[in-house]
Amino acid sequence: MKSVEKNIEKESRLIWNFFMSMIYLALVSVILAFGYVALGDDIQALLNQKTITAEDIRNYKPQSNEGGEEVDYNKVVDGIHVYTGLKADPNLQVIIGSCTSCHSAKLITQNKATRAGWKSMILWMQATQGLQDLGNREPIILDYLAKYYAPENMGRRKNIDIAAIEWFILDQKEENK
Amino acid sequence: MKSNKNSRRKFIRSTALSSFAALIGMPVVFGSNLPKELPPIGLLDGTLPPDLIGKSKLMTVLNDRPINAETAAHLLDDDLTPNNLFFVRNNGIPPADVDVKNWTLTIEGESAQQKKTYSINDLKTKFQQHTLNLTLECGGNGRSEFNPPAKGNQWSTGAVGCAAWTGVKLADVLKDVGVKSNAVYIGYYGEDTHLSGDPTKDPISRGVPIAKAMEAESMIAWSMNGNDIPVLNGYPLRLVLGGFPASCSGKWLSKIVIRDKVHDGQKMTGTAYRVPCKPVAPGEKIKDEDMCIIEGMPVKSLITFPKTGAMIKKAEKLGIRGHAWTSAEKITKVEYSIDFGENWLTCDLKEAKNRYEWQRFEAQISFPQIGYYEVWARATDSDNRRQPIILPGWNPKGYLNNASHRIAIKVL
Repeated sequence: MKSVEKNIEKESRLIWNFFMSMIYLALVSVILAFGYVALGDDIQALLNQKTITAEDIRNYKPQSNEGGEEVDYNKVVDGIHVYTGLKADPNLQVIIGSCTSCHSAKLITQNKATRAGWKSMILWMQATQGLQDLGNREPIILDYLAKYYAPENMGRRKNIDIAAIEWFILDQKEENK
Repeated sequence: MKSNKNSRRKFIRSTALSSFAALIGMPVVFGSNLPKELPPIGLLDGTLPPDLIGKSKLMTVLNDRPINAETAAHLLDDDLTPNNLFFVRNNGIPPADVDVKNWTLTIEGESAQQKKTYSINDLKTKFQQHTLNLTLECGGNGRSEFNPPAKGNQWSTGAVGCAAWTGVKLADVLKDVGVKSNAVYIGYYGEDTHLSGDPTKDPISRGVPIAKAMEAESMIAWSMNGNDIPVLNGYPLRLVLGGFPASCSGKWLSKIVIRDKVHDGQKMTGTAYRVPCKPVAPGEKIKDEDMCIIEGMPVKSLITFPKTGAMIKKAEKLGIRGHAWTSAEKITKVEYSIDFGENWLTCDLKEAKNRYEWQRFEAQISFPQIGYYEVWARATDSDNRRQPIILPGWNPKGYLNNASHRIAIKVL
């Protein structure tokens, strides 16, 4: 009798354990599934991170993405040509064609100068960097640069750009070393 | 949007494009339909975006061809700047196929007793090794504040960092070669290539007076903070000459020339890294021959904690900290002001481990009432030079801005 009871007990324990492990398994799967939905891309990105070797740099070639969505190369948002970051203008293609084949558009967007100042940069590029004569494109380029990338009067020192500040509550108990 | 998940994945795999996206700070969708034969702007010459070669995405990229990137003040809070946050000022394209084992450094020139070539292993075994904490700052750091504006990379405050450099003393190597008594200058050459791809052009080849080269803190380094130097910062070998504009500390170093005259390499002549010999009015035209080579960098400081924009409660004291550095012997005082320069209070200041290491300053600030404040910091060095509050002397190329750093604070 005792051994039968023991067997039943053993079996029911087995069934119980099996039942519980199934529940755990289901739970874990659900958590993993949710985790993947939420973090899948980040995990993928993390896995794809690797140390860059000289070999990688040598073999590096810019790639294009096949498929994907339609993208408007001429897209303009808030007056900015998205692809280059330059200010949109009817003559923008002249600027892109003349300037960005040799240097980054950032060299334009981060600088400010008068028409004469931009002219001196063109002369400098012609004297030292092998820039060809720009012909009838030069006045178009200079008009564009002087219009959109003109110096602002900053005085001897500008105020802190308060509009650009991201205000945050400083928790010094957390932050202090 | 339905294919988003997949196309996003594809994107993350496509390192080139996701880096491009990080560079221009836009959603990756814009990159997905670029013409196949046309690489993204900024990658045309094969230069790599910083996240591909050991740099943090938190860095601010000023220019992507060549790569120039700076570090926000609050990210420079570490005693020693981490390698992935150390600013990048490149003039050309870093060498791609670095073979460390066969990398050599040749010393020659009119004032060298002989021509001699060393492998990196020779340097490591023939000379005593040293580790020094040295600050490097770009001569144009702070350029964005000059008025009239100067052309070039518009650095704000982040073209500076301090790291533990391991290598040998430049003087030990020069002495091993033999320096003639008529030596005036050294010049360096690196293995980076000119943006135009023209192999006959050097992107940059600068140098320093022989006395500076012989200083105890002038190093040839192969290690930065205990690791390889990042590719963008000169891997596998570079000069580190604290106190002078960082452009003097040649990267991807392969040759040093000992000259019997001022070195005349690329960016030594004309107006590059030069300021008017005599003070000028803002916007004044200056002849090339009236421009003098920058040597020692000015006294300067940076508030690295808290980040600008911090808000605290009136009952709290605000702990600030930062770094101060100079080309003089040492920093002797750092002060702060919370009333736009009317009153200045002294900060606690730590000593440097060695000359040209930046020095930590700290202070606890009490604010008199709620409101908007700016915390300004100014350092004084052992030559009694002190940082100005407004811009220092205007110069056409926008160098040497050491005006006080300012952060905005609100007390609630």
